[in-house]
Amino acid sequence: MITFDGVGHRFGDRTVLRGIDLDLRERFVGVVGANGSGKSTLARCVNGLVRPTSGRVVVDGLDVGRQTARVRRRVGFVFPDPAAQIVMPTPAEDVAFSLRRAGLSRSQTTARVEETLERFGLAGHADHPAGLLSSGQRQLLALASILVTEPDVLVCDEPTTLLDLRHTRRVAALLHGLPQQVLMVTHDLELLGGLERVIVVDEGRVVADGDGPAGVATYRALMEADAC
Amino acid sequence: MATRATPDDPTRRETGTSASSVPDVPGPRARGLGARDLAYVATFAALIVVLGLPGAIFAFGSGVPITLQTFGVMLAGLILGGRRGALACLLVVALCALGLPVLAGGRGGLGVFAGPTVGFLLGWVPGAAVTGWLAARRAPGFSVPWGTAGALLGGIGVVHALGVLVLAWRAHLAPSAALTADLVFVPGDLVKAALAVVVAAAVHRAVPGLLPPRGARP
Amino acid sequence: MLTSLYVPGHSWLHRAPVGGKVLGLLVATTLLLAWRDPAAPALGAVVVAAVHLGAGLGVRRLLAQVWALRWVVAVLAVLQWWAAGPREAVVVVGGLLVAILAAGVVTATTRIEAMMDAVVGALGPLRRVGVDPDRVALALGLTIRTVPALTGIAREVADARAARGMGRSPRALLVPLVVRAVRHADAVGDALVARGVDDGPGE
Ligand SMILES: Nc1ncnc2c1ncn2[C@@H]1O[C@H](COP(=O)(O)OP(=O)(O)OP(=O)(O)O)[C@@H](O)[C@H]1O
Ligand SMILES: [Mg+2]
Repeated sequence: MITFDGVGHRFGDRTVLRGIDLDLRERFVGVVGANGSGKSTLARCVNGLVRPTSGRVVVDGLDVGRQTARVRRRVGFVFPDPAAQIVMPTPAEDVAFSLRRAGLSRSQTTARVEETLERFGLAGHADHPAGLLSSGQRQLLALASILVTEPDVLVCDEPTTLLDLRHTRRVAALLHGLPQQVLMVTHDLELLGGLERVIVVDEGRVVADGDGPAGVATYRALMEADAC
Repeated sequence: MATRATPDDPTRRETGTSASSVPDVPGPRARGLGARDLAYVATFAALIVVLGLPGAIFAFGSGVPITLQTFGVMLAGLILGGRRGALACLLVVALCALGLPVLAGGRGGLGVFAGPTVGFLLGWVPGAAVTGWLAARRAPGFSVPWGTAGALLGGIGVVHALGVLVLAWRAHLAPSAALTADLVFVPGDLVKAALAVVVAAAVHRAVPGLLPPRGARP
Repeated sequence: MLTSLYVPGHSWLHRAPVGGKVLGLLVATTLLLAWRDPAAPALGAVVVAAVHLGAGLGVRRLLAQVWALRWVVAVLAVLQWWAAGPREAVVVVGGLLVAILAAGVVTATTRIEAMMDAVVGALGPLRRVGVDPDRVALALGLTIRTVPALTGIAREVADARAARGMGRSPRALLVPLVVRAVRHADAVGDALVARGVDDGPGE
């Protein structure tokens, strides 16, 4: 459960978010909007990567501004570029890195890593250099490294921008199958259509908030109005 | 989209304080590096390695290869300041010792440390420190005169001084003889210093806010 | 890709503990360089060659290593001969050559992971002066991971330079390379923060 309470944000003298009030309880929430409309900034408020200049964000009862470390342990974050999220040389080491504070023994860690890579279809690449993975495989690895810590909430900022259709669908299916609450920013309308709730952001405001088809329609209208 | 730094953006680049304003976050340990600094340091270490990869040119003479790696060393100081620049170089030295071929021409391993020219490698660390310390004199802005002074004194002066001393010691040469052998490499390094300052000035214009603010440790 | 100088094998040297190998190397090298007699490099060369071959590293590799050092050896030998005579040239240059080859044998028979564990272990006592061994390990791993990422960026930037018909300008290559490296570092920093690297030890 994610709550935005009067959230506004400025970068210098440029206002990027204004008056955001949201109560997100649905299991899967989509966010869509034009380039530069403030979607990433909004998503980054959920784990404290951006600290809003006004208002507050609360995740499962924790105030992001005050209890940032605890919030970050509960919120997993997936970035658009998987290449920058993999911080260790091989998939096995990267997943193990996430478990560094789990208090597991070496053999327990190895077992968890193996089981996780298996689940994400990366078992055959455990010890290969991460640089040799395709973008799709890298994004799966990024997801594996985040989900292995079992966060309560997953925020994804355009997780499929660099992926082909097959990997996009694979990642989408994976996200839909998760028990966690997912907040996903995307420009891919195919991923939004079936959602129960879609937020449309424009120039730093929420301009529509409804089910998938309604959100997609508003977004299309917005884009086409701008095009003239 | 990469995010741009502005003065009151909490994600802006700065030394070791990115999260310290956030209550409940202990923040980077007093002497440790914050996550963002760590990312910069590792990236510039990797950049130095990558600059040694394509076509290393070995000048005939003394086994010290002329490549863009020393350009990378100066650049680390000019872009990140002394502390992080020196740490980036230290990482390269450490990876070399661990057994990775991180030096120009695919050299690496403990053998490098037994060799007569290891002083030039070890000199990178204080060399980048001096380069960055001088380059950050006008921080957060980048000053070309100070940057040039840094590249010349740190990137060339300190590196060559240490290199020559170690060469004289390890190869039982008179320091003057070692210095004479070394002089061949100075013109190339002058060109690289000039290139490093030009590139650093352009990068600082494209991405402001990279140098540590004055008052922070350089 | 950054592949290590390790040569896979199962010899006694491959199995020997890292600390022992490095310590042995230090002692042997110090003795070798202290014994200022042409017999030292001669004996050293025999021992190093025997250990090299005994560890299954092969003749070809040994010769390649010597060949790679030809310029250093030639220049220093000439300088020494001229300054101090042939005997001194053999002692100094031979000693250096043997020391370099011996160190190379340790590197060739030790996995990076084993070296890293040894280094991180050895850094333990430095905790008190503010060095965090886990952070050192993270920095080393992150650098190894970043090399191929930057190689990819360098290739793209070089292609872009060619496409714009600026094939020879070093600035047109280096400025975008470094700018993109900085942006990459920003993204990596975000990912590290999101993965809790700045948050200190767990609950
Ligand atoms: N760190 C920053 N400093 C200054 N301005 C920033 C920063 N990050 C983002 N901005 C600006 O804030 C605005 C919103 O950016 P944001 O990244 O949230 O947009 P977005 O909706 O995610 O766009 P996109 O679809 O392109 O990813 C943009 O105008 C951007 O230039
Ligand atoms: Mg965005």
